[in-house]
Amino acid sequence: MAFRSSTRWRFRQPSVIPGFGLALGVTLAWLTLIVLIPLSGLIWRSTSLGWSSFMSLVLDERTVNALTISFGTAFIAAVVNLFFGVVLAWVLVRYRFPGKRVIDAMVDLPFALPTAVAGIALTALYAPNGWIGSLLEPLGIKIAFTPAGIVVALVFVGLPFVVRTVQPVMEEIDKEVEEAAATLGANRFQTISRVLLPGLLPAGLTGFALAFARGVGEYGSVIFIAGNLPYVSEIAPLLIIIRLEEFNYPAATAIATVMLFLSFIMLLVINSIQAWSRRRYSNGA
Amino acid sequence: MALDTSTAPTASSKLVKAATSETRVARLTLIAVALGFVALFLLLPLATVFIEAFRKGPAEFATALRDPETFSAIRLTLIVAAISVPLNLVFGVAASWAIAKFEFKGKAFLTTLIDLPFSVSPVISGLVFVLLFGANSALGPFLQKHGIHILFAVPGLVLATVFVTFPFVARELIPLMQEQGTSDEEAALSLGATGWQTFWHVTLPNIKWGLLYGVLLCNARAMGEFGAVSVVSGHIRGQTNTMPLQVEILYNEYNFVAAFAVAAVLALLALVTLVLKTALEIRYSDEIAASRRH
Repeated sequence: MAFRSSTRWRFRQPSVIPGFGLALGVTLAWLTLIVLIPLSGLIWRSTSLGWSSFMSLVLDERTVNALTISFGTAFIAAVVNLFFGVVLAWVLVRYRFPGKRVIDAMVDLPFALPTAVAGIALTALYAPNGWIGSLLEPLGIKIAFTPAGIVVALVFVGLPFVVRTVQPVMEEIDKEVEEAAATLGANRFQTISRVLLPGLLPAGLTGFALAFARGVGEYGSVIFIAGNLPYVSEIAPLLIIIRLEEFNYPAATAIATVMLFLSFIMLLVINSIQAWSRRRYSNGA
Repeated sequence: MALDTSTAPTASSKLVKAATSETRVARLTLIAVALGFVALFLLLPLATVFIEAFRKGPAEFATALRDPETFSAIRLTLIVAAISVPLNLVFGVAASWAIAKFEFKGKAFLTTLIDLPFSVSPVISGLVFVLLFGANSALGPFLQKHGIHILFAVPGLVLATVFVTFPFVARELIPLMQEQGTSDEEAALSLGATGWQTFWHVTLPNIKWGLLYGVLLCNARAMGEFGAVSVVSGHIRGQTNTMPLQVEILYNEYNFVAAFAVAAVLALLALVTLVLKTALEIRYSDEIAASRRH
């Protein structure tokens, strides 16, 4: 008996700690009610459309444009954030300067500030009569009410993701690695670009993917600054809302399903980057 | 101590420092780039909110906030947060108890499912509830017959907010409780404490700062959520508009001072959140698992 029970398949390892049933029960019930049923409702509604009508809704020109704009601007914003995020993390980890603590705390502002507030503030700044907009207008550069405005809003929203994923990894870097590179004759630039930055690649990519995923779905901060011109500066989440207001539920469902599918792929990519970096750097870190 | 031993390390450490740090010019350039970026993208927008709110003086600012519709938006935001945050608090503690204190099959998958709402667009988070409870859904006719209002009413706003803020508390607690292990609880139990006593007197004191940290972030998002509540609210003035939605309405009416006045209140809330969050990170860094992660 005892012999058999030790090799038997178990759902959970035995433990003296009580409350497993209650805790897991509450978790699963709440998860099912709040997340799983509503999300599967969306999937179910879109499968009931049928493949051909689903595809015709997705391949509608305005929908394709909106998806392209959402993914394109989110990609550009994530690239900008990758560059400045790494610089900012580097400065926060390596250098001392007055106000560093405040700047470090401020990096989380986009997490804390409601997106609608960010949206109207950025619009006020970049509109042709705003502080920055009025400086750029004589140069012929328009930011607000163009796709460039969407990028600006998404840079704001995505900034903390890169900084907060790269920063802890940077803090862990062993000083000896740099000393070794220096003793072997590398100059400072070579040490940074050949030794330090490759080690930061997984964290940087994770931050990039998180910022990108967040940017694709972002709504509140974008709609004020975008101008929302169909085919030009209309993002996919806004098109979902427009279709909903027209009571065109099939179209709203189809766009939402495509976005959901693409963000699951993003999630998979993020998880595999992390798994890859654990495999590759687990003994070095 | 002899003189030469105190000077020798300094000279060599200077050499090491020169080899492993950037030149002064490079350092200053990088700091300037980083600070310029922060000023342009973070500080300037934040300052704009307050400047625009007080553009016509404090009297106008106060009048804008005393508007009955704005007042009801503030009330609604507080109600929605007061319901959603405790719900997610209970869920977060239960989920992290199950995940951190036990080993069971499918744990990694469960953790991924809990994180799911983070990767869903806020608009879709609202849409799913419209599809579930809307007039042309399977449940719609039933709800209509019994006079139950979910969409365009407080329950819908709460559901959307709970969905969006679902992972916050659990995400903070799971790594913290995993780090702490189960030995404290096992000791309490072996000394004769009941399960609840163990939780209240052993586990809860261990996780209280992490819990507070998670609740803080959860609350900030709950009060500031825009996309998801925008879809389910129906924008009935004075009734189903939360503060962020009120900002949008006032802004679209070109009532900029009032829009920025409400926005300034929300920005103030964000600043208070940041200050408390930083204070928790400095003071209780050992008792917060994810102080650098979020």
